[in-house]
Amino acid sequence: MQASAPYPVVLTYNQMVVDKEPIHDDEGATDLLFGALADPIRRDILRCAHEGRLSVSALAREHPISVTAMQKHVAVLERAELVSKHRVGRESIVHTQTDALARAHAALDRLEADWRGRIERMEQILETDKGDS
Amino acid sequence: MPVTDVDKDIDALTMTITAKFDADAERLWELWSDPRQLERWWSPPSHSSTFVEHELTVGARTTYFMTGPDGEKHHGWWRIEEVEPPHRLHIKDDAVDDEGKPDDGGPTAMTVTIAETDGTATMSIQTHFADRESMEQMIEMGMEQGMTETLNQVDPLLGAARA
Repeated sequence: MQASAPYPVVLTYNQMVVDKEPIHDDEGATDLLFGALADPIRRDILRCAHEGRLSVSALAREHPISVTAMQKHVAVLERAELVSKHRVGRESIVHTQTDALARAHAALDRLEADWRGRIERMEQILETDKGDS
Repeated sequence: MPVTDVDKDIDALTMTITAKFDADAERLWELWSDPRQLERWWSPPSHSSTFVEHELTVGARTTYFMTGPDGEKHHGWWRIEEVEPPHRLHIKDDAVDDEGKPDDGGPTAMTVTIAETDGTATMSIQTHFADRESMEQMIEMGMEQGMTETLNQVDPLLGAARA
């Protein structure tokens, strides 16, 4: 058995998800970050755009979605400050932000989120067991 | 909300989360010491955890795995470093070698502190990263293993915390 499962190669994309996810301006940075990461295609974009050579349309060609849908995904990542965009001629080149500090913040935010979930479940256990006894 | 405080120290690379529970210290300790209880809270609802070996004795190694919705398994190992029931626990994550076997000296650790006053117990969990590199690794792993369900589940919690 493997120590960790490889990233699934075949991803099923639900195009509706892009439109269904509400993005509110008053959302905190953490929400933006988690919202942005909570989608397999966006995580894949972060990997693809690591070297900063691909345009929005090139990224769209590598995924089974339209350029418009890709633009929406990139916009979500941009608002979470996970990617930046710059123009080269007529193309918009997407570059994953690998700034160490931003990533460190992201890691701590991830941990906080994991532990909030765990503490919530701990409380549920305590309450359930109290009810049983 | 049971969470009373979250402290993120970007320089020390620690995240400390504190929560208050309507229970005594012994009861909170059981959440950590009893593998069957640990299994009920360790992984997000999309996964199930199985603690194969788990005993809170200094030097003991915990062996566990999480099973995802598609049946994929993620294995993990802990090294129990400090045990002071029911107040203090220090656990290091063991590294994983190329063959997926546990190796000493993982990059992350956690310290659990439990204090009790008048039947209300407070639990603090401090997580440590050895260095920036291990932090980056965790992000990469999180992405690779697909934390969508965890994130979806946690999002409303974060919303509730602020409200």
